[in-house]
Amino acid sequence: MKSTLPIAAVDTSIYVYDNTFEGLLTAVFEGYVQKHWQARIVTSQQYSPQLFATKYVIETNADKATRVWKGLLPTMQKTERSCLVKCFLSELPQREEIIYQYIQYALRSHQNIARDYGNKYVMELAQIVKMVGREKHRMEAFVRFQKLGDGTYYSVVEPDFNVLPLIATHFKNRYADQRWIIYDIKRKYGIAYDLDKVTQITMNFDMENIAADNVVAAYDEEEVLYQTLWKAFFNSVNIKERKNMKLHLRSMPHRYWKYLTEKMI
Amino acid sequence: MERIQEKLQILADAAKYDVSCASSGSKRKNTTKGLGDATGMGICHSYTEDGRCVSLLKILLTNHCIFDCAYCVSRKSNDIQRAAFTVQEVVDLTINFYRRNYIEGLFLSSGIFKDADYTMERLVRIAKKLRLEHNYNGYIHLKSIPGASDDLMQQAGLYADRLSVNIEIPTEHGLKLLAPEKNRADMIKPMNYLTHKIIENKEEKKLFKKTPSFAPAGQSTQMVIGASGESDKDIMYIANAFYDKFKLRRVYYSGYVPISNDNRLPAIGAAVPFLRENRLYQTDWLLRFYEFDVKEILNESHTQLDLDVDPKLGWALRNMSVFPIDINTADRHLILRIPGIGTQSVDKICAARKFGRLNVEHLRKMGVAYNRAQYFISCDRQPFRPKDYSSENIKKYILAESNSKYKKVNTNQLNLF
Repeated sequence: MKSTLPIAAVDTSIYVYDNTFEGLLTAVFEGYVQKHWQARIVTSQQYSPQLFATKYVIETNADKATRVWKGLLPTMQKTERSCLVKCFLSELPQREEIIYQYIQYALRSHQNIARDYGNKYVMELAQIVKMVGREKHRMEAFVRFQKLGDGTYYSVVEPDFNVLPLIATHFKNRYADQRWIIYDIKRKYGIAYDLDKVTQITMNFDMENIAADNVVAAYDEEEVLYQTLWKAFFNSVNIKERKNMKLHLRSMPHRYWKYLTEKMI
Repeated sequence: MERIQEKLQILADAAKYDVSCASSGSKRKNTTKGLGDATGMGICHSYTEDGRCVSLLKILLTNHCIFDCAYCVSRKSNDIQRAAFTVQEVVDLTINFYRRNYIEGLFLSSGIFKDADYTMERLVRIAKKLRLEHNYNGYIHLKSIPGASDDLMQQAGLYADRLSVNIEIPTEHGLKLLAPEKNRADMIKPMNYLTHKIIENKEEKKLFKKTPSFAPAGQSTQMVIGASGESDKDIMYIANAFYDKFKLRRVYYSGYVPISNDNRLPAIGAAVPFLRENRLYQTDWLLRFYEFDVKEILNESHTQLDLDVDPKLGWALRNMSVFPIDINTADRHLILRIPGIGTQSVDKICAARKFGRLNVEHLRKMGVAYNRAQYFISCDRQPFRPKDYSSENIKKYILAESNSKYKKVNTNQLNLF
């Protein structure tokens, strides 16, 4: 359960990587080579020069990343290892530190530490994974497809964390016989399914405008009908005598309303 | 369009008092590249302003009904608008809502028109059409209509994920009073039939993997709370028997919302018993996830649940001799009983203590409500505390700290003046 290493030298190295998971794993690899156990790993956007700190620019390298990634397997299940990806997708500022320290702890323990919640980094990772998992689940719930004239089902989302990579399989399994697009307006990319596979897409026009008028113009002829019916249903199942706005807001916070058919004004 | 919208409003409004919303527990995979998948956990796609989730298209096929049950909004003598969907209308709504990711599936109930078989046949036909013609693998919850033939029940089980019969009034005495045309035995019969079929199907599946599933998400039922004068003990003992005997997946408790001026029932405008409903659900959870026996919580000397504290805390305060429980060494079964520690924290505790001893900070980080749990546990680095804690004192301290929306009904708080 100890989390500090015997080597106690104060590290003043800063590793700058390219904001990809592979890049982060490469940084971990370099950290091991240099024995910089306390190195700070940051993206180039986060980086700001510091006095007394040495900057290392990390060149993403698939082989090095793979070695770190595979190195975790002897003691860890694949599902446990995938928690690191979820943590990465959270985009939280502490994610690199947690991932680097977690990997160190995992590699030097000769047993599976994934459930050692007494360890600071294992616990923090678990908490972030839970937050990301919750957001993933919300997106599985709150995506609202609008059917376009060409038969594609189109949806815009704005999740707190970068969860599109995590929800692709869910939507692929569920809507195997319809073309669909889920577009993350905050991160400016989407995932699209073409009845065969899911691919990442970016759009070269301004999505903010598309989201408003143009989409409505492109609607399938029955789209408005079903939106109206859904809103009617939503209002009819409410029991007024049991009104509980606090609970309503906790389950469906304001920030999601913008893209929810039934809550749009 | 207007007609279908009107129908939807009437028939959703009539279905909303059925609280079942679960869309989980099935194992129906989308292996045919069709529409829908009901494998994972349930998903709540939306929440109404009453805070309840919307996961299924919950509607009645019709609100025409030959029965006159006093507690029901669709009773024959009630002067309301009546409507009925066609089979095709329900199918279209389900498919189109599902494709837009509005819902997890269909929850179809119905008033009884003509007779039980006639009604059940329509419900089954809709489920069959969805499965066979539309290659739909989403969730389907059907009501089993008491009195319908075994053959129809059998078919319902083949196409639906979950089936339910609502018992509504917990005791036979209450049922006689409020729904004299119905009798308890008729309601239990389909439940019994399905229980056997489900068990049979499970055995068969063990031998032949390709056996088609039969109601893979099991059965559930619902009881109305506060309409006919039962005690909490009556209600929970019946619920317990349902879990035990009929292997039900869920029993729902629905605080009675007054909908009638019938003098056998609470008058319109009377408060919905939210808190009581909440305490019953908490008890239900203790039975299903916390390894409690119903007799420990409710018995001859304790027939009503406390309103001021939850049943787990209530049990702990009545059984102080069990505590303190040592977090680092006690059995999982005992840790489950500590107020302020939920099942997820219990799992974390049991996994983490294999690596080293746990202290207060660890517990807090794992999500334990330490302010509540502190009176009932021992672990490392616990601050010194006086030993003279009595049940009354603990209760007072916990209530003073809690911030429940039900706080105004706390009776044990001290009045200054």
